[in-house]
Amino acid sequence: MNNVETFAAAALVAARGGEWYRAIGTSKSTGTKLLSVSGDVARPGIYEYPFGVTVQQVLDDAGAANAQAVQVSGPSGLCVADNEFGHRIAFEEIPTAGAFMVFNKDRDMFDVAQNFAQFFAHESCGFCTPCRVGTTLLKNLMDKIGRGHGTQVDVTEIRQIADLMQAAAHCGLGHTASRPLLDTLKKFRPAYERRLQSLRFQPAFDLDGALAQARQMTGRDDSGAHLENAE
Amino acid sequence: MSNTFTVDGQEVPFEPGQTVLQAALTADVFIPHLCYHPEFRPHGSCKLCTVEVNGRPATSCTLPAAAGMEIESNTAEIMAKRRMLLQMLLVEGNHFCPSCEKSGSCKLQALCYALGVMSPHFDQFYPDRPVDASHPEMLLDFNRCILCELCIRASAEVDQKNVFALSGRGITKHLIVNAESGRLADTNFAPSDKAAQVCPVGVILRKRRGFAVPIGSRPYDAQPISDQAERFKPVVKEGS
Repeated sequence: MNNVETFAAAALVAARGGEWYRAIGTSKSTGTKLLSVSGDVARPGIYEYPFGVTVQQVLDDAGAANAQAVQVSGPSGLCVADNEFGHRIAFEEIPTAGAFMVFNKDRDMFDVAQNFAQFFAHESCGFCTPCRVGTTLLKNLMDKIGRGHGTQVDVTEIRQIADLMQAAAHCGLGHTASRPLLDTLKKFRPAYERRLQSLRFQPAFDLDGALAQARQMTGRDDSGAHLENAE
Repeated sequence: MSNTFTVDGQEVPFEPGQTVLQAALTADVFIPHLCYHPEFRPHGSCKLCTVEVNGRPATSCTLPAAAGMEIESNTAEIMAKRRMLLQMLLVEGNHFCPSCEKSGSCKLQALCYALGVMSPHFDQFYPDRPVDASHPEMLLDFNRCILCELCIRASAEVDQKNVFALSGRGITKHLIVNAESGRLADTNFAPSDKAAQVCPVGVILRKRRGFAVPIGSRPYDAQPISDQAERFKPVVKEGS
């Protein structure tokens, strides 16, 4: 036993008995869960609930009137969209280690996913190839889409890299690092769509951008010095 | 039950204590690998040797062999994943085969050919990795490092010198020389060291010997690495 939450629960079981404890929560998830509620809420903090509480109930109690998504159990957990707020926090439904991150409707869920991609690229220890390189490739692809240069090909690429990382990474970090991307791709597709070019493919290398240095060095900024005007 | 398992339907015998990869290579069944070396304990970091065991992915170099395992290795799906791993290694370092003196003896290059990797596919990271030419007899070209840790293991376990180490984390992880100056010349590294012989790519090179064996006559020039399982058979140590 190495965390306070378990220690406190064990003490209660010792004092009041297993039957008393089993009466709390659901049949498959007994007892209570501490949730660390943060983000776009009026009353952030640590909340204790019996297992089986709905996401909506937690949102109401914490004062989240305008929520569009909750990231449950951290970046590698589950992204719950507003049509799923009726689901319950429990091992059999939405399992959680306790994190409960609320995003209101003013947030752009692509930005959220991009932030998580950067987080995992930073967190990878670098031991195994799929996670060490894969987390950076995912971050680069999200940055490319974020700059408005992404296409459907890049979305397909994200899925293929995620497949490899889930299958071949050495530990849980690499297995789950792609989850926030896959979840938001599934549930907040428009946040991606509005950034994607209609082209089938666009290279990451920006040819006109590369000319910027030459323009600066030659002091030119006339129309002939820009690629889009080239004949 | 007899001590055998199958790889893609082919029966492979094993000795107790062997890993799946060791037993497969002993039986001339080639499973692609990079960080594994027959004389060292398995490492399990490159993930090239990933197989499916009874439907679940596993790293075959670290997986103890067990009777009755049904292993899939050369399926289209697993091969596609291995190709992607090779492409990841190609873009995170700076690999220019045509100008590399290890061409034809390089396991990374040989696996790319054997598995049909014809381009790096992803955008190159182009990391800045200066070479270390300080040592009178040896050259270190870090551009080609794939972080297999074989030189680190050889220097620590065989040479008892601890010349090499990894530093940093994530994508910034890189090979360093254990000297205050960081230069190979300021260590007791010698060309006869085991660590000087084990690099699967072209990082640790003997100076002035780059083309002693001409291109065209090198191990993987004549025959694909996938047909050379015998090169990687585990070495049976005396008394073990």
